[in-house]
Amino acid sequence: MANTFTTKGLTKTYGEGAAAVHALRGVDLEIPKGEIVVLLGPSGSGKSTLLNIIGGLDRATSGQALFEDQDLTAMSDRDLTLYRRDHVGFVFQFYNLMPSLTARENVELVTEIADDPMDVATALSMVGLGDRMDHFPAQMSGGEQQRVAIARAIAKNPNVLFCDEPTGALDSKTGRAVLHVLNDVNAKLGATVLIVTHAAATAGMAHRVIHFADGAIRSVKTNAHRLSPDEIAW
Amino acid sequence: MTALDHKLMRDLWRIKGQAGAIAAVVAVGVTLLVMMSGLLTSLENTRATYYQQYRLADIFAPVTRAPLRELETLKAIPGVASVEGRLQGSALIDMPGQPLPVRAVAVSLPPYRAPNLNDLYLTQGRLLRPGRTEEVVVLKSFANAHDLELGDEISATMYGARRSFVIVGFAQSPEFLFTVAPGEYVPDDARFAAIWMNLDAMAAAYDLDGAFNEALISLERGAQPQAVIDAVDAVLNRYGGQGAYARKDHMSDRFVSEEIGGLRATSVAVPPIFMGVAAFLLYIVITRMVQSEREQIGLIKAFGYSDVEVGLHYFKMVVFIAVVGAGFGCVFGIWAGRAMAGVYQSVYHFPFLVFGVDPTSFVVGVAVSVVSASTGGIFVLRRVFALTPAVAMRPPAPTDFSRTGALNDRLKGWLDQPSRMVLRRIFRNPGRVFGAVIGIAVGMGLSSAQMSVMSGFDDTLDLTFGVIDRSDVAVTFFEPMSQDTVFALKHQPGVIEVEPIRAVGAVLRNGLNSYRGSVTGLVENARLNRAVHKDMSDIAMPETGIVLAKSLADILGIGPGDVLQVEVLEGRRPILQVPVASIAETLLGAPAFMRMETLNALMREQGRVSGAYMRIDSDAFPDLIDQLKDMPSVGGVTRREDARAAMQKLMDSGAGAMRYVMAAIAGIITFGIVYNTARIAFGEQSRDLASLRVIGFTLGETAFVLLGELAIVVLLALPLGVGIGFYLSTLIAAGFSTDLYQIPTAFRPEAFGMAGAAVIVASVLSGWLVKRDIDRVDLVATLKTRE
Repeated sequence: MANTFTTKGLTKTYGEGAAAVHALRGVDLEIPKGEIVVLLGPSGSGKSTLLNIIGGLDRATSGQALFEDQDLTAMSDRDLTLYRRDHVGFVFQFYNLMPSLTARENVELVTEIADDPMDVATALSMVGLGDRMDHFPAQMSGGEQQRVAIARAIAKNPNVLFCDEPTGALDSKTGRAVLHVLNDVNAKLGATVLIVTHAAATAGMAHRVIHFADGAIRSVKTNAHRLSPDEIAW
Repeated sequence: MTALDHKLMRDLWRIKGQAGAIAAVVAVGVTLLVMMSGLLTSLENTRATYYQQYRLADIFAPVTRAPLRELETLKAIPGVASVEGRLQGSALIDMPGQPLPVRAVAVSLPPYRAPNLNDLYLTQGRLLRPGRTEEVVVLKSFANAHDLELGDEISATMYGARRSFVIVGFAQSPEFLFTVAPGEYVPDDARFAAIWMNLDAMAAAYDLDGAFNEALISLERGAQPQAVIDAVDAVLNRYGGQGAYARKDHMSDRFVSEEIGGLRATSVAVPPIFMGVAAFLLYIVITRMVQSEREQIGLIKAFGYSDVEVGLHYFKMVVFIAVVGAGFGCVFGIWAGRAMAGVYQSVYHFPFLVFGVDPTSFVVGVAVSVVSASTGGIFVLRRVFALTPAVAMRPPAPTDFSRTGALNDRLKGWLDQPSRMVLRRIFRNPGRVFGAVIGIAVGMGLSSAQMSVMSGFDDTLDLTFGVIDRSDVAVTFFEPMSQDTVFALKHQPGVIEVEPIRAVGAVLRNGLNSYRGSVTGLVENARLNRAVHKDMSDIAMPETGIVLAKSLADILGIGPGDVLQVEVLEGRRPILQVPVASIAETLLGAPAFMRMETLNALMREQGRVSGAYMRIDSDAFPDLIDQLKDMPSVGGVTRREDARAAMQKLMDSGAGAMRYVMAAIAGIITFGIVYNTARIAFGEQSRDLASLRVIGFTLGETAFVLLGELAIVVLLALPLGVGIGFYLSTLIAAGFSTDLYQIPTAFRPEAFGMAGAAVIVASVLSGWLVKRDIDRVDLVATLKTRE
């Protein structure tokens, strides 16, 4: 199967000289299409940095990162914007919804600029919010807000969904619900899902688990048997 | 320094751009306040010192010819401290290379002593030697205007005879701060001269041996001027007294007073606007800061700091910005006041400057800044107090926009999401948007009003010299002449049209209101110098009754149909009761008009004229001037274009110059508000904007969400600014208007267009500055923080 992402000798260094921080020290990685991949590791291990680079939010210091056959490290800012617009969905720990837009409108924000978006109601139904479309973020719980964020991320029919600590601010019940949604999105839309998390238990639902430490990959493991989110110990 | 104070300093450093912008607005307000009050204090001190040191008379009593012994009678009037009798007469000075002779007043100096009153300040050369009838001292401002030097000879026509003089000295005098030729309204250094001569030379030239024709009187402390004036008039009446008047009615002093009054009006009106704007800006900036630091506030409170201590921390920040701004304002204000006072010193012809700083202006400036800033701060404190540690440390709930949900149905369908974000933010914070709209509108209003007033000055000129006065040349006679003189003028070379006038000095009285001016008799259907209605149509001179300028009617509090008392100051000095026939539109001076025949009949001086307006063939002008100079009756010739230029010059200097400063400053506050509005919007939305960028919005699309609000604020502010500008322009024009000239207000599209364009430029510039920050925003960092 073709890879969604391929990286070769990817490095990222913040600062210079003695103060330099090496966030990534030469990462070689292949992420096949359609998998759920969980990136685990302590704070500062480089997992978020990797996600930011292959998500088109940040630039590598050296090395190469390919999305399918496009070289992300060679793209201009404008091309990276178009890459994010057309191919990538993001889900963040703090939801990052527009407080001034309703759930429906937050999703429409994306469908209005996407090439081949899904129906807004469908996206919200997939996350179980078909009946709360006209509520503003302030009128929703954290779990509901995160599900709107996921609906917003998937509504463009993305090739890849990036989730940075998607359950970090949620309790176990709503956290599980969110993971169910991510599982469904992967299964139904075939999108590659990358989840960065501290919660090691989440790894149970992944096709592939990548361990990070000190800016490098320590291990890559594939799960022979994937757990359902309900089976995950929280 | 406590830990909180360290935080204070670092916070201030972090918001240094905004803090600096706000401090600058405060500083501008305080600068204006300190500058204007320092300037006013300096001008008033200087004037008072000058008058005192050079003994300017309290009362001036012109008379036709009074014997010297009556000076003793005047001295005996209760309340009179000292008396000086002198001679003065009008003269025409021939300036080499100038076609027109210059009108002048000649004033006598007593031999062997300095005058008791109205002394001169000799700037160069020496005073007159006794017995030297050919020596003169010349007013310095006139000498400067014509590059005269000591030893130069000038020739003057006095009482029809031409005489030559040698200049031995240049002087300034407190009675000639402004020199206005008789029959004109506007001072002009070049076109009016004062010369001082020995008493006996004067007496010979004007045939006034053993007499005086002006008494100068100073008063004892506490004396009633009006009582003394009445007593003086009683003494001088039989000698042709023209009515004594107080110093405040003296043309020169009146002019200075009007100018100082104009400055005072501005100094009271403008600084509060800046303070209001600064308070508003502080409020929105600090509110925003408290909102973004709610966690820190909760934490500090959790440590055990009290509400008051935490509140004080933010309050200090407000006060610090206000005090720094006010401090700079005081320093700049002193500096600017000193610079401006120097300018005014030369405009007003003060020989020296007593620079004064009004210490109360510092106190007022700092106090007003702190109080207005604190008013903004108090609202901030309420927010700080309302935060409990537990609430503050929880992540903030998303801002609630559900109240704006009513818009939903109407928004649906025709607005995309970014537009909805912009609109909902506006409806979420209508108060803040309203404040920004008002602030920008006021700034725009202030600058458009200043520009309106500038064109108002032009209208004054156009109306006066284009509509009312359509002559080319005005001639005045030494004394009232017969109609024959008019015929003589008609036969001069190049004269196309001649229109005689009869002007008599008079005190116009309506109850307690009075005005010392003159009544001008016009021919029934005057064409060259007219009275006009508001719609610029002619007012035909009625057979009976008087036509008053609007400004004069306002001073007197009188309207058509009322009866005005006219106390004529010439000839038989009749006291007349004349009905007011109509009100004329004039912008220069405060004239009163009657039909010439009627006026002469009331004076019992049939067929007398005191001057004439003429239309001439401009090619014949030099020949005509030569002829006029040889007519002994001609006391002065004024070319309309010279009078217009003098008026223009006056309006570009003095109080008029202040309007340029004001227009520039108004631009600064407009920019301050626009920039802060954009900055705050960026601060509040940086996370949303980063999210939009992450989702795949381009920089331009993201900027739309940020700057859309600013655009709407500006669009709302523009029409409001026009309204405020129009209102302010009427206020400012009224402040600048004096009884010497009026500034009309009218809607001036070009002024508002310019001011509006300035607002738009400020917005585009602010938008560009803030948009650069969107380009630089660290997407990752912004998304990782909780706000």
